[in-house]
Amino acid sequence: MNNPDTHSGVTNAKLGVWLFLASEIMLFATLFTSYIVLRMASTSWPWGWDVLNVPLATLNTVILISSSVTIVMAYAKAYDKDKAGFQKWMAATILLSLGFLVVKAFEYGAEFKLGIGPHTSVFYAIYFTMTGLHGIHILGGIAVNAGLLYMSSVDEHWANPLFLGRVEGAGLYWHFVDIVWIFLFPALYLL
Amino acid sequence: MAHDEHAHGGHELSFMERYVFSVDHKVIGLQYLITSFIFLLVGFALMGLMRWQLAFPGTPIPFFGGLFPSDLAPNGVMSGEFYNSLGAMHGTIMVFLGVVPLAVGAYGNYVLPLQIGAPDMAFPRMNMMSYWTYLPGGILMLASFLMPGGAAQSGWTSYPPLSIINPGQTVWLLSMVILITSSLLGAINFLVTTINMRAPGMSLWRLPVFVWAQFVTSVLLLLAFPPLEAASVLQLMDRVFHTSFYLPKDLVILGQAYAGSGGGQPLLWQHLFWFLAHPEVYVLVLPPMGIVAEIIANNTRKPLHGYKTMVFSMIAIGLMSFMVWAHHMFISGMSASLSNFFLVTTMIISVPSVALMTCLVFSLKGGSIRFNVPMLFALAFIPLFAIGGLTGLPLGLTVTDIYLHDTYYVIGHFHFVVVSGSIIALMGGTYYWFPKWYGRKMNDTLGRIHFWGTTTTMVGIFLPMLFMGLGGASRRLYDPTAQLHNLPVQGWNVVATYSAYLLALFQIPFIYNFFNSMWNGEKTPENPWQATTLEWACPSPPPHGNFEKTPTVYRGPYEYSVPGRKTDFWMQTDKN
Repeated sequence: MNNPDTHSGVTNAKLGVWLFLASEIMLFATLFTSYIVLRMASTSWPWGWDVLNVPLATLNTVILISSSVTIVMAYAKAYDKDKAGFQKWMAATILLSLGFLVVKAFEYGAEFKLGIGPHTSVFYAIYFTMTGLHGIHILGGIAVNAGLLYMSSVDEHWANPLFLGRVEGAGLYWHFVDIVWIFLFPALYLL
Repeated sequence: MAHDEHAHGGHELSFMERYVFSVDHKVIGLQYLITSFIFLLVGFALMGLMRWQLAFPGTPIPFFGGLFPSDLAPNGVMSGEFYNSLGAMHGTIMVFLGVVPLAVGAYGNYVLPLQIGAPDMAFPRMNMMSYWTYLPGGILMLASFLMPGGAAQSGWTSYPPLSIINPGQTVWLLSMVILITSSLLGAINFLVTTINMRAPGMSLWRLPVFVWAQFVTSVLLLLAFPPLEAASVLQLMDRVFHTSFYLPKDLVILGQAYAGSGGGQPLLWQHLFWFLAHPEVYVLVLPPMGIVAEIIANNTRKPLHGYKTMVFSMIAIGLMSFMVWAHHMFISGMSASLSNFFLVTTMIISVPSVALMTCLVFSLKGGSIRFNVPMLFALAFIPLFAIGGLTGLPLGLTVTDIYLHDTYYVIGHFHFVVVSGSIIALMGGTYYWFPKWYGRKMNDTLGRIHFWGTTTTMVGIFLPMLFMGLGGASRRLYDPTAQLHNLPVQGWNVVATYSAYLLALFQIPFIYNFFNSMWNGEKTPENPWQATTLEWACPSPPPHGNFEKTPTVYRGPYEYSVPGRKTDFWMQTDKN
């Protein structure tokens, strides 16, 4: 199934992940396009820094970029078949992503307390939809990474050449989720 | 190949593993085939009800009228809301649950891995998941009729603000998101399979046209569906969380000011919807064209005329199809320069489409044609699809579109393309590949009755629609006789309705033939049509894993009547 001896020289799994990311790019590109269209047509669009919590979002940006580093470290350790090292870095990645969600929850909570929700204005509608959808992608990534962490405790998986490919696929996906945030942060908070 | 890990593992497969939750692309293909044919029948039945109301407005539906609850059809007469539900669900079911799953899920799944010499799809379990996402999505779509407020009522295009106000739309959106997920799983699988799993020697220029068609189709599905998914999420937000993505400021509904914040853009949905839905038209059309190309090459006993032209045309169509969407919106409101842009791109995309059709016609020239049942369907496809394609040009030109927009002409055009085009080709594909699926042939006489009945009645339905539209009759009207200017063409509605009922009648020999031939059909050898492509180089039906040993490919897909050979076909696997 994941025979590297393929026509393209890329394993099926890796090619599949890249194609999946292509469709994800179209998904988020549509949302960014909608954001631009709605904002251009709007007569009263607030400045992000006036109404959203920029320090918390900056903290989250730092957290996500750090998690991109830790997942690369996890892959490097998996490449070296260093089980303990992989588990350490993967656990760090998962903790960072949970930290992101906690910070996000504080942000949402503060907004809900003020009675602000997606129905308040088109700005908040697109803010909650895009960050919410991004949050769901983070959750998906946590599930995948936690699955890999669990698998790594079974020695049998280390003997399987597919394992490293799965770690790489998870890493590609995680970088994508980070990059989406790199675009979301300025678009919603800073511009 | 490592695909063996999930089967043959020393244990017999149980009934569930073999027929229900199978990971074998052939079983999944047939699951898709049967399911999507059933959905086609359901969608057809909905249309049958609507056609009664259109031909004889205000009269009780015969036989079935009493079966519906009185809020849908009081005294057996269809209500306006019910009519709208039927219209929206007919379009949705036919496109998303019928033709696409049949063209891609069924034929692509079964035939593509065989034609490239692969033992299975690249991701067998994902393939199974794709079917088992499609089926619940489809059932959820049908179940929306049972929800309070009934099924979606805003047409298959679901334009806001109507779609945000009307009941029933939430379930429509949820099942669309599920169906899109299924389709994405399939598209990734098809692309990886075609790129990575080809047999040795199967270079890109040796791929059959059908494989190319599926490949381009999968790219379209992969890149065009996510925008509709995002658009559906926004519409879902509007309905469930009362956002205003698609609702303008100060909206008044039935005298009441709408409570939401407003400030959104109704036109945004139209753009996002057609950004999917125009490529979707080519998703509906390209795989059937691939089927027709296979059947024509096989039954003219000569190579296709312009194989490379056909492939390049399909790639060109794939690229261009992302740049034509707004020709559906010429009168929705856009600047003149923008509509000029979309007019020009629309005219440009018709060039590769015509090139494809021309290649098919030229392929007939000088061939010794075998008029078997699949070939009849393939031959009928050419003129009928051509009518559909050519009637599209006046809709792509802004000036004529202003008159024709939202008339019956649009429906006539679209149905010539998709019904007497795509569905005709897909039916031909069933007769062509049936021997591969079951090792038996479908009955010839019944096939001919089905063919002549189906093609003539289809023209009987859709030609009147073109006339009505040119006469100015608007589409989507519950009671066409309510407007005086429709009365002169109302007779055509009666013709179309009776043709539709006859079309239903002529499907009975097909259904009987299909199931009867599964057990009682004439047994066929491995390669009954004396074809050249790889799917005929393994037993019928192929065992799990398809080929006994991985085949090697030595030549192009259509080496028929090569001078100096004893037989008139040279299989891709034959070295000499």
